[in-house]
Amino acid sequence: MLTVESLKKSYDEAPGRAARRKKRDTTRTYAVGGVDFEVNDGELFTLLGPSGCGKTTTLRSIAGLERPTEGKVALGGRVLFDSAQDVNLRPNQRGFGMVFQSYAIWPHMTVAKNVSFPLEVMPRAKRPSRQEIDHQVAEVLESVELGAYAQRSATKLSGGQQQRLALARALVTRPELMLLDEPLSNLDAKLRETMRFELKRLQRELNLTAIYVTHDQAEALVMSSRIAVMNEGRVEQIGKPREIYTRPATRFVAEFIGTSNFLEGKVVAVNGGEVEVDTPHGRLVAADPPRKPVVGDPVLLSIRPECVDLSRERRGLPNEWTGTVRTRAFLGDVVDHIVQIGDTEIRNRSNPTLSIPPGTEVHFSVTPDKVTLVPVG
Amino acid sequence: MALISASRKDPAAPSQDPPPPSRPGLLTRLRRKRLSAQTLLVGGAVIVVGYLAVVPLGYLIHDTFLDADGSGVSLDAFSRAYGGNSQSGDMLLNSLWFALGSAALALILGTTLAYIQVRTDTPFKSLFFAASLVPLIVPGILYSTSWIFLGDPQSGLLNALLFKPLTGTSPVNIYSVWGMIWVQGLHLSPVAFLLMVAAFRAMDPSLEESAAMSGASRLTVLRRITVPLVRPALISAALLMFVQSLESFEVPALLGLQNGIYVFTSRIYFVLRSYPTDYGAAGAYAIGLLLIAAAGVLLSSWLQRSSRNFQTVTGKAFRPRPVELGRARPVVGVAVIVYFLITVVLPVAVLVYASLLKYYAAPSAETLSSLTFDNYRQVFDMPLAFTALKNSLILGLGAATVVMLLTAVVSWVVLRTKARGRRLLDLLAFTPIVIPGLVLGLALAFVYLRMPLPIYGTLLILLVSYCTRYLPYGMRYSSAAMAQMAPELEESAAVSGASWFQTFRRVLLPLMSSGILAGWVYILVVSFRELSSTILLYSPGKEVLSVLIWEQFENGQFTTLAALGVCMVLLLVVLVALAYRLGARFGLQGQADSSN
Repeated sequence: MLTVESLKKSYDEAPGRAARRKKRDTTRTYAVGGVDFEVNDGELFTLLGPSGCGKTTTLRSIAGLERPTEGKVALGGRVLFDSAQDVNLRPNQRGFGMVFQSYAIWPHMTVAKNVSFPLEVMPRAKRPSRQEIDHQVAEVLESVELGAYAQRSATKLSGGQQQRLALARALVTRPELMLLDEPLSNLDAKLRETMRFELKRLQRELNLTAIYVTHDQAEALVMSSRIAVMNEGRVEQIGKPREIYTRPATRFVAEFIGTSNFLEGKVVAVNGGEVEVDTPHGRLVAADPPRKPVVGDPVLLSIRPECVDLSRERRGLPNEWTGTVRTRAFLGDVVDHIVQIGDTEIRNRSNPTLSIPPGTEVHFSVTPDKVTLVPVG
Repeated sequence: MALISASRKDPAAPSQDPPPPSRPGLLTRLRRKRLSAQTLLVGGAVIVVGYLAVVPLGYLIHDTFLDADGSGVSLDAFSRAYGGNSQSGDMLLNSLWFALGSAALALILGTTLAYIQVRTDTPFKSLFFAASLVPLIVPGILYSTSWIFLGDPQSGLLNALLFKPLTGTSPVNIYSVWGMIWVQGLHLSPVAFLLMVAAFRAMDPSLEESAAMSGASRLTVLRRITVPLVRPALISAALLMFVQSLESFEVPALLGLQNGIYVFTSRIYFVLRSYPTDYGAAGAYAIGLLLIAAAGVLLSSWLQRSSRNFQTVTGKAFRPRPVELGRARPVVGVAVIVYFLITVVLPVAVLVYASLLKYYAAPSAETLSSLTFDNYRQVFDMPLAFTALKNSLILGLGAATVVMLLTAVVSWVVLRTKARGRRLLDLLAFTPIVIPGLVLGLALAFVYLRMPLPIYGTLLILLVSYCTRYLPYGMRYSSAAMAQMAPELEESAAVSGASWFQTFRRVLLPLMSSGILAGWVYILVVSFRELSSTILLYSPGKEVLSVLIWEQFENGQFTTLAALGVCMVLLLVVLVALAYRLGARFGLQGQADSSN
């Protein structure tokens, strides 16, 4: 539905001026350095990354609030931006709904007026009648449970209510695409969690297509149909939440999403779906790697702490190593042990029933399908 | 310049700069741009600002350097103005002495009062703000007159009632440079006070608290943290005080001319009123004055060069824990009352007193028994008084409306677009603040005496002058209102499908309305006191109130002047009270906006 092709954005200089000075692109730094992705109908597509990774710039480029330096943005067959053809529709010609991080509720209007604004500024030919507008506003306010507040001044709402008002305003024109820029980051932790499910419910019920920007990995994993993990202006990996978590394509993704243990090694054998890797601390077997490596390849192994199985006894399992517990940390619902093996520390996360004091010798293992091969380079 | 030429080129012939073949869409883009309301409005605003700020100065420079036969460049005007026995050295020294002295007095008084008001538990906190209204409701010409009533060597009240009985001498002489500094400095001190109050309030008190927690004493905190943090505000306030004193016309004209103490402004006026009128020499003085003001601007921006990175203004008002004055509290309280008496009560009271007399004299049993309302009767019988009131109102309303609409658009261009040359536009809009009123009046006279436009001798030329003079003030209000508003509020309107014009009308203007209204009333009020440019541009029948007062002074009709002055002060009190009521209502909403 929405396609973004090799989108680039540089803040160095206006494009016209650079061209006049005959400057080459090499002197530029890019906030977004060539981003490609496609968003499907009915999908909640998330741009996830640390601050400064270019996710918000990408979203604002799609909205038309920023003019990208290069690239193409199209919705279905409609070209919204194309640097090659010099097409750049203004934000008000694109017909999207957007929720801002600060909500951007107009303080001089009532709740109902805020919501009716997008309908009132439609071109005369498309604009619904006054009655129809009132009806639609009431309906959408009802759907975000703000029906009772319609005539209130918008500034009198609480943070959570303002957030829902911003959502209602973005929804009221039934846009083909919703853009959500960290909409939950200004809410307190409890409210944020309920709103995650609330948003997800609305998106499913109304069959919305949405692009969601966040730096919160948990939020991304809970809500998204698919996630694009961004770093330094580029997309590192696009995939379903489970894929991103269990099969990170790069070291950055593995580090940014959840925590992981990393081991460097070299492939020594490939038998069918299994790869054997030599690490400084012994041999590990990994099953079903996404890309088949060749013997001799240097690789990075990523193991999630909850996949490390800890025991006082040796059990003769595959990928079983021996080490010493260094630290134990009780977190309530889980307990973490840090096990030292040689000069490496391996983090384990277990059910709190397990508790091994520091200094104890332990044996730990990882089933081969939980060992992820991350390509190096 | 780039901006103006670019924006003028836009709709005109693009043939000068053929579009590069690699960008086929340029022509269509140009066509699309030309049609949009945004381009028209913005382009129009840019051209108007450029015209207001640049054209008069251009004419001024051109006409001053023109030689006698009107063909070549010459410096004759300068040698006539500064050479020979023109005593220009004295004038230069007087000007600098007067401007620096007044600025220093205003700044010291204003900053001290601001610190006391914001940071201590002083009594009479509300009195400070009452005092700060003085420059708004008592125009400079009336303030100077009041101080003549108070400080005249013969009949001044201070000499007659205070020093003569006590010491047998009359030590106070208001007709001196010291007297001028005293009056100008006192009149400006509330402006310095307001600027510094804003600076002290905008400062995050936790910066000082963390210094105190690091073990710094109260004095060290003041010296190492507080003063450096308000330094940018201090420097810009100092610049403003200096420039305003330099361009002050009323004080030097009323107090200095008596004893032949000339400064630039009074010299320009003197030259223009003598016969034959030497416009070239007046222009040469005007350019000298501009150069000094420009030097002040350069000096202050040089002093500010390192302090850009720590803008202390966050737009958020802090309420710090006040410093407890302890035993000094009554002393400070008395000082505050004395300040209030001297700056407000005394000048206003003496004006009222004088307005009730037949001839000005110190109060005695005889004068007090012959108080009369004759002067007021005379004012109301004056047919010119109503013409002047009408003209003042028309000009005030007109200038306020034009300037605020213009600056709303200009501040949008400056703050919200990435248009090339927007900094230049900002600079242009602020330029008139360093153009003394008298210089502007002279420059506009040059422009419209030559231009075929039939503006000279009408109210319109005064309107142009007022719009130019108050452009920087309007800009200050508009851009403050614009900066306070999160850009997302506009962006969300654009994403919701609103065109630029719809966004401007339905989101921007309503949200800026409190700031715009405040600026509008401010300009309306200050227009009433405008004298220095009006005095060169008005023609008979087109008098305004301040000119009428000036004419009373020139004719020596001091008591009529006082009556007229009291009426004007009352009118301004009504306007300012109205402004405060509006400001209070809209200000409240403004606070809700910024907390969102």
